[in-house]
Amino acid sequence: MPSAETFKALLRVQDLTREFVSRRGLSTRHLVAVDRANLTISADQHEILTIAGESGSGKTTLARMMLGLVEPTSGHMLFKDRDVSHITGGANRKWFRRQVQPVFQDPFATFNPLRRIDSYLYETVGNYGVAPRKTADEPIERALNAVGLSLREVKGRYPSELSGGQLQRVSIARALITDPSLLVADEPVSMLDASLRMSVVNLFRELKARQSVIYITHDLATAYYASDRVAIMLRGWIVELGPVQKVLGEPKHPYTQLLKTSVLEPDPRQKSTERVSLATSDEGSFVRVGCRFADRCPHVMDICRSVEPPDVPVDGRLVKCHLYESQSSTEEAAEAAAPLVASAT
Amino acid sequence: MIAPPATPVTNVAEVRDLRAYYVTETSNVQRTVRAVDGISLQIQEGEAYGIAGESGCGKSTLLKVLLGMVTPPLSIVGGSVHYRVDDRDVDILALSESERRAMRWSVVSYIPQGSMHVLNPVRKIRDTFRDFIAAHKPTWVRQTDEHVRGYLNDLGLPERVLGAYPHHLSGGMRQRVTIALATILSPRLILADEPTTALDVVVQRGVIQLLEDIRARTRSTLVLVTHDMGVHANLANRVLVLYAGQVMEEADTLTLFEQPLHPYTQYLINSLPKLDERAERVSIPGRPPALDHAPSGCRFHPRCPYAMEVCKTVVPPLMEVRPGHRVACHLVNPPNGSAAHAVG
Amino acid sequence: MAIKFASASLGVTRDLLRSSPAFRTGGVILAILLVLGALSFVAPYGQGDRRVVPVDRPPSLQYIFGTTSLGQDVFWLTTYAIRNSLVIAGLAVIISRSIGVLMGSFAGYLGGGLDRTLSGFTDTFIVIPRLPLLILISFMIRGALNIVWLGVLLGLLDWAWPSKRYRSQVLTLREEEFTKTATFAGMGTLKIILREHLPFLIPFLLADAVSGFLYAIGMEVTLSVLGLSDLGSPTIGTMIYWAGYYQALLARRFWWLGAPIITSVLLVVSMYLISISLGRYLDPRTRLKSMAARSAA
Repeated sequence: MPSAETFKALLRVQDLTREFVSRRGLSTRHLVAVDRANLTISADQHEILTIAGESGSGKTTLARMMLGLVEPTSGHMLFKDRDVSHITGGANRKWFRRQVQPVFQDPFATFNPLRRIDSYLYETVGNYGVAPRKTADEPIERALNAVGLSLREVKGRYPSELSGGQLQRVSIARALITDPSLLVADEPVSMLDASLRMSVVNLFRELKARQSVIYITHDLATAYYASDRVAIMLRGWIVELGPVQKVLGEPKHPYTQLLKTSVLEPDPRQKSTERVSLATSDEGSFVRVGCRFADRCPHVMDICRSVEPPDVPVDGRLVKCHLYESQSSTEEAAEAAAPLVASAT
Repeated sequence: MIAPPATPVTNVAEVRDLRAYYVTETSNVQRTVRAVDGISLQIQEGEAYGIAGESGCGKSTLLKVLLGMVTPPLSIVGGSVHYRVDDRDVDILALSESERRAMRWSVVSYIPQGSMHVLNPVRKIRDTFRDFIAAHKPTWVRQTDEHVRGYLNDLGLPERVLGAYPHHLSGGMRQRVTIALATILSPRLILADEPTTALDVVVQRGVIQLLEDIRARTRSTLVLVTHDMGVHANLANRVLVLYAGQVMEEADTLTLFEQPLHPYTQYLINSLPKLDERAERVSIPGRPPALDHAPSGCRFHPRCPYAMEVCKTVVPPLMEVRPGHRVACHLVNPPNGSAAHAVG
Repeated sequence: MAIKFASASLGVTRDLLRSSPAFRTGGVILAILLVLGALSFVAPYGQGDRRVVPVDRPPSLQYIFGTTSLGQDVFWLTTYAIRNSLVIAGLAVIISRSIGVLMGSFAGYLGGGLDRTLSGFTDTFIVIPRLPLLILISFMIRGALNIVWLGVLLGLLDWAWPSKRYRSQVLTLREEEFTKTATFAGMGTLKIILREHLPFLIPFLLADAVSGFLYAIGMEVTLSVLGLSDLGSPTIGTMIYWAGYYQALLARRFWWLGAPIITSVLLVVSMYLISISLGRYLDPRTRLKSMAARSAA
């Protein structure tokens, strides 16, 4: 339930850009990992927003910026209406971290193998002043229960004594201790066994009651299953953004369509016979002018090779593609980019 | 007690009741990991055979044994692995190391996990191919370049990769080059270990395409070892489901996905999310056992919703309940010998 | 807290004695040396006493290691030498490695301007030629140079190289996911360095401590042989100095020279054996493996 504070949006990402510069000898290469991303997470309603893309799409960099682990080179990020693009000062940082917590990909790397796992839980309670030492067990037990575990199961254990699924749950529990408004989960289930995966994904669905979740993944099936909205990223751009049933159900952007056909569905009856052609090297598409999908797009036009596509609202979502140009009004654009008012399941 | 398959087909490889354990000693504590504990299977010529299972099911160990790569602390405790080479049955475990090496790459080839990092970073692709052929097929050496170019063309890979270094290529292209390298000598059996793991969605599709093209072109047999059921659904003809070092079920792909009989397989199939479906998916309670103290009886019984008393003590035998469909489960094959009945 | 630490150490020692021949050998040798060093507290003569026994006697039942040209019992002299040299080397190692770990860890973890400043400072220290500097300092303050100050001085000059190595280790550890988890759990920089990173640094620290020891002992011997340290106190180095001064080698009085040399060799070898076996035991990788083995059993 939204708290008593009032703010316009929980998280607002405006033209957020992250550029990496590498110098090799006399030449300098600019790699724009995230290129003017725009996203908003609503203040009124919790949601699960998936950021999906392949490697090199910029989704991880975007996630790290949202967590404050990396600073943007330009653009702004506002959390509860406060500019958090470049946080300075311990108090500010603590305020931010209390409300935005991460879940990392590899549960075994998330915890120091030489430390008992409950020590992280107690640290979090102590350092954020969630409860005094004597009653520290209470918020910990609550957080663990929320993920289907109990303190008894976890107390005094080392990470090696738990399975990947359990560790990931403890990682989520630790993130929940400060009752954050936003969880940023980076590929939280990709390293788990198939038989354990769904229980953690289901957990995220349940957590939506108390927090919004940004879910980073390359797995479209779990994205479809768990999220309300999805943003498809390609080489630093968000090329399609909208409700998940629309974006993944009837994708408009050619790249999203390619992703959808490529998915290896676990269903022999749906064996797709469409062939894909793959790129030989990754480098070219980063520096090209025009659309970054031009070299692989089956619908490529001349304009695609010279002009960057605009963000066009189409059928309740935003699509960054020349194919749909000349259809928009500003109202439609705002509506398409906005978070869902009523969550549709 | 293993029933032989009903229809006589040429088996390219056969595994009979294989038991392979790791025995280690750390800080005076001896540990026996029963990684492969009684696995029997037959791989038919020309098919795409999938071996499915999660971490800790023993599939990596099975692969090692299939390749004859058995070094301490791994040891073969029982069973055998036979290949059919030139109308003879060859027990790979009885061969010397040099004989085994001769079999590798020409009879049995192997696409390792993490293929992307297998290519020598300081040699051009062309040179890597040359080195490989010189080492394993010296008779080709004079026409190496022609052979290689021809093969790449057949597979639809651009020739210009030959002049490149591995770091010039994308991850997916490196993977496909590695696959080309592993299959250029037209081995009869190709073992692919997690060929799509850690790859992007589109690249995965490309890799699967490539493997299928190779199989069609050379009529070789493909063994796919992966936990990704999507790969099996799209590429395999038959699938073997492993759990904690033992076989749970084996059937042709369609049957396995549509009518799984073993509770583990049922859970596995039902827990997989499909695109276009948001209905609730349930995952299996509990977790896979550690292989150094696996549960007694049926290894799945602690997590099985249908577990009976007998499941805790007696290992269910692998029995053929229909032609081509084997299951190891007391529910499907009641131990008192009465007729098997379908479950679920 | 102290009790927990003591019982943990006891457990570790017992474990190691059982499993590692290197530790057993090194432990036995070091134990003997420590006992000898401890015996110095009950020596019948004082450290600086001379002409208390007949001069230049070879080893015999009465004087086990013989006597010196100054009328000292080589055996008791050796016990003092062991004690003093251990004090010097011990001080040097504690001071240098403490500074080294803290400097290196902070520089590595915090990065940026602080790292550049600290690293610049460290690099300057590395370049300073230590032996000439030591010679100069000890020449200037020869009067005030006693065992303790020598140890401190050696320590203050030996932290630079180790700090670079710890920095590079921390640079790697900083990128580990669990460091990020610790950050989001609200842990501050010092806490992260001590609780998250230090356990991984310990095996390296142990091996490094040995090299610190060797450096300190070697430097002490060098300075003493040059006549620049506290010649009134018996140390391994000063024994060699006095033996040389009185031409023990030429006069074939090998016992006087032999005692300090053999002692130093035994000290170094035993420390080495202990540190590698302890390091191997505490290495996170073997610890993890044995933890897994124990949880399975």
